[in-house]
Amino acid sequence: MIITTTLALADVTLPDEVVVENLRIEKSLSGSPGDAAQGRKTFADRSLGNCLACHLNSDLSDELFHGNVGPSLDGVATRWKPEQLRTIVVNAKKVFTERTIMPGFYSLDVGEDVREDLIGKTILTAQQVEDVVAYLNTLE
Amino acid sequence: GVMAFFSMFVAAAPVDEELIIDGEFNMITRTASPEGHPLSEVTSGWLYRTDETRDQQADSFENPGMLAVEEGEVFWNTVDGSAGKSCASCHDDAATSMKGVGAKYPVWDVASSKPINIEQRINLCRIDNMGAQAWEFDEQGQKPLAAYIKNQSLGLPVSMKLDEGDMQKWWEKGKETYYSRMGQLDFSCANCHEQYNGSYIRADHLSQGNANGFPTFRQKQGTLVSLHSRFQGCIRDTRAEIPEAFSDDMMALEVYVTWRGTGLSVETPAVRQ
Ligand code: HEC
Ligand code: HEC
Ligand code: HEC
Repeated sequence: MIITTTLALADVTLPDEVVVENLRIEKSLSGSPGDAAQGRKTFADRSLGNCLACHLNSDLSDELFHGNVGPSLDGVATRWKPEQLRTIVVNAKKVFTERTIMPGFYSLDVGEDVREDLIGKTILTAQQVEDVVAYLNTLE
Repeated sequence: GVMAFFSMFVAAAPVDEELIIDGEFNMITRTASPEGHPLSEVTSGWLYRTDETRDQQADSFENPGMLAVEEGEVFWNTVDGSAGKSCASCHDDAATSMKGVGAKYPVWDVASSKPINIEQRINLCRIDNMGAQAWEFDEQGQKPLAAYIKNQSLGLPVSMKLDEGDMQKWWEKGKETYYSRMGQLDFSCANCHEQYNGSYIRADHLSQGNANGFPTFRQKQGTLVSLHSRFQGCIRDTRAEIPEAFSDDMMALEVYVTWRGTGLSVETPAVRQ
């Protein structure tokens, strides 16, 4: 049990260890595959992904009022490879430049005066990112 | 269902409508921006609200913020403090003495060597001229009286003097804050109110974030909301530490944000979502 947990933790890539090459992050951040069904929940959760704040997503049309600050994510899996989607979710700046309004969900390259209880914390955990990426990969 | 969900985007731009309050006050809700402004046109938050919300503001009897203005009038006439005076003792009829005053604020205060806003100016008169205690942020008569005073400038264009004292330096500090990326979510005021005004965050139609309607009646909170409270709300939403109301940084921000709305009519009390 203890050995498994230690190995599992050893597979987690910490935010400052993430390597982006050619807009891609090759490996799972958590060391485990993402769960698309869970990712759909994380995506819609206002306290987690809150992606509907900015993105239209027809797969979640039961949720009212999708934002339009960002583009529609309908068919996003046909536009980006999963390794690129991972980069976008981890730190959109790496793909869309520093000027992007989209937050970095697994990055400590954040703004000034972070709320004290959130200092050193990422918006999403490694597994949550994997789940969201797996979910995005189903949007064809 | 799906149709309701898509129809929400039919009117994405701010509306193209006139605001005339009580058939009497022709309000400037769109105007050419002042020199040095990044946008070519300055627009009022009124233009981004729903039909119902906009209609409420056009009629003083429907405007829920007017109750606070009436409360403010009571404070204006109420004696308080050791000097045994009310605002009316020195300033008589606010409709005359306060006309145009709210449209110029914040102003440079020589004594403290800082900008002051209406709320602080009220406290100054309470302390210096009434022998009364300052009101804490958002407490007691502060919001209603600020609303009452600003309402005496209804329709008049916002116009601050930046050439007094060190106002220009404070404007620059406010501008710096306006463009800083804040919090865990890494948003600047400019991201939402300059880059993406006209877009929607969920159901919120982003305006330019102007100050001309403050204190404002906010439907979400069912109460009058002050400008610094709104600043704190937006900053809280970036997941940054919330700055103290009336702190130097917040005053600099008020100077700069007010300037961004130069030329818009004072709408206090505006009705917002
Ligand atoms: C505050 C706004 C905002 C939030 C919140 C946000 N995004 Fe974005 N997103 C954008 C913008 C804007 C773009 C377009 C890139 C640009 O112009 O900067 C974008 C682009 C994307 C793209 C590329 C879309 C394409 O078709 O090219 C993906 C994928 C994406 N976002 C996923 C997400 C996910 C998943 C979440 C939640 C975990 C999320 N976004 C949250 C603003 C946001
Ligand atoms: C993540 C988005 C976001 C950020 C960042 C943000 N705001 Fe806002 N702000 C909003 C929304 C949404 C509203 C309500 C709808 C509207 O009027 O734009 C609002 C409203 C306002 C209003 C009221 C406008 C009116 O007409 O009543 C002011 C003033 C304002 N913001 C100022 C600021 C300032 C100053 C900052 C930076 C310290 C800031 N905002 C940062 C989203 C944001
Ligand atoms: C004993 C006299 C006195 C009382 C009482 C008094 N004030 Fe004043 N007030 C003044 C004086 C004097 C000035 C400065 C006038 C100037 O500098 O032009 C002033 C200035 C102001 C200004 C700024 C006007 C401008 O053009 O910038 C406001 C606003 C104001 N008072 C509001 C109030 C309010 C609200 C109250 C009650 C809480 C109040 N005053 C009570 C004497 C008084």
